[in-house]
Amino acid sequence: MSLHSALSVENLSFSYGAHKALSQLSFSIQPSQCTLLLGPNGAGKSTLFALITRLYDTRAGQIHLCGYDIKRQTRQALAQLGIVFQQTTLDMDLSVLQNLHYHAALYGMSRKYANSRIQEELERLNMFDRRFETARQLNGGHRRRVEIARALLHKPTLLLLDEPTVGLDVPSRLAIVEYVHQLVSQEKLAVLWASHLMDEVYPEDYLLILHKGHIKASGRVSDVQQSTGTTTVKDAFYQLTQGEQA
Amino acid sequence: MSLLHYWRAMSGIVGRELWRFVTQRERFISALVRPLVWLFVFAAGFRTALGLAINPPYETYILYEVYITPGLCGMIQLFNGMQSSLSMVYDREMGSMRLLMVSPLPRWFLLISKLLAGTGVSVLQVFVFLLIALAYDIQMPWQGYVLVLPALLLTGLMLGALGLLLSSFIKQLENFAGVMNFVIFPMFFMSTALYPLWKLKESSVLLHHLAQYNPFSQAVELIRFALYGQFNLVAFVYTLLAFLIFMALAIVGYNPSKGMMTRKGSV
Repeated sequence: MSLHSALSVENLSFSYGAHKALSQLSFSIQPSQCTLLLGPNGAGKSTLFALITRLYDTRAGQIHLCGYDIKRQTRQALAQLGIVFQQTTLDMDLSVLQNLHYHAALYGMSRKYANSRIQEELERLNMFDRRFETARQLNGGHRRRVEIARALLHKPTLLLLDEPTVGLDVPSRLAIVEYVHQLVSQEKLAVLWASHLMDEVYPEDYLLILHKGHIKASGRVSDVQQSTGTTTVKDAFYQLTQGEQA
Repeated sequence: MSLLHYWRAMSGIVGRELWRFVTQRERFISALVRPLVWLFVFAAGFRTALGLAINPPYETYILYEVYITPGLCGMIQLFNGMQSSLSMVYDREMGSMRLLMVSPLPRWFLLISKLLAGTGVSVLQVFVFLLIALAYDIQMPWQGYVLVLPALLLTGLMLGALGLLLSSFIKQLENFAGVMNFVIFPMFFMSTALYPLWKLKESSVLLHHLAQYNPFSQAVELIRFALYGQFNLVAFVYTLLAFLIFMALAIVGYNPSKGMMTRKGSV
């Protein structure tokens, strides 16, 4: 395990009773690296996220976030993590500002520091003017922006995105994809992005293709394409997962 | 992790809950309507049907409305505890529970913060109810209104912890109806909230025993005695123990390595 990896997963396995959801996964993600986690339904993506976020207990294998063991140094490890879940986790009756202040409180931020961080993140996403609106008043794309701003408030090292663009229109989706890639290159953020949309993959990204709980391929997009003898991510994915939908 | 971090997080969780309570008028009104209907309708109807002997903490004959007032305070807290439990299950289904669970704080602390938030709301509801009861001429000794506060905090914590424990077992929102039928109603009706123990004994010894060992009965008695400026040691110890047991089990229930959450895969 490298202490400098933003995320390091070693020999990770997980079962639901007799059903093995993940089998002997090992991979790592470095800062300034955007890794797209692709896999058909039931591949184990959600289970992997639940284990990384410690919602489930790691029984076999190890997960380290910036060198912190998620099982033994849970709080230090979780402090390194920013998360955007697939379902929206905003409180619909609270304003954007209240939602963000709630998150800041959970991360122990002072009011003053939280205010400056909230302004900074919302301005970057052009949402500062809408800070007094309730989450219910925002459309899906704007809610997602707020959730991304929230995930970044405490300056995490690793950003986990669980299909954040599901249900969004094309412009909103593209804006989020572009923004996240900017964060990777400019802020040196490490990103693990579960997705089923191949056009969200940039050529400089890394891929982690999961199928039936096994890693089928990992590495740079070009390396995965080369090893599968394909020219597109889509073809590589279909070949590795025998044509199943992502 | 500093103490300041814990303080800020707890303030955030409690503040959010109080804000939601203040802004959700329907929730506030419906929480009050239930005990008020019992007080104004049920108690008025049963006033003549039920004769009550003089029993501590009462020193004279009392009207039935006066008897059930502490029970209705308990009822507010019981339903509030279950409401919190329901909202935990809802939050879990909707995903917002995850936000809390992935924050860099120990789960026991997060659960206790949620519990304190819910208890704070229930205490506020009880005091508003007591004010309305006062306008209806159900008056306690003035010191009772002060001394009932610590009692309400403990009973609120105990019933809230029971709600938390139940929420760790309930996978889906739909299953919550079962909780109403199998937990809330039996707890409420098999207690001293509506009738004294000796009255129950006249009908059934078994029912008397069930009511006697029901933690909700002890919570109601703690509130009843406190409202009359008296301390009921047995009820206090019983309620405290019930709180500690429910809380410990709830913490285990929410622990990813020991509890129900991993097995259910439902967090």
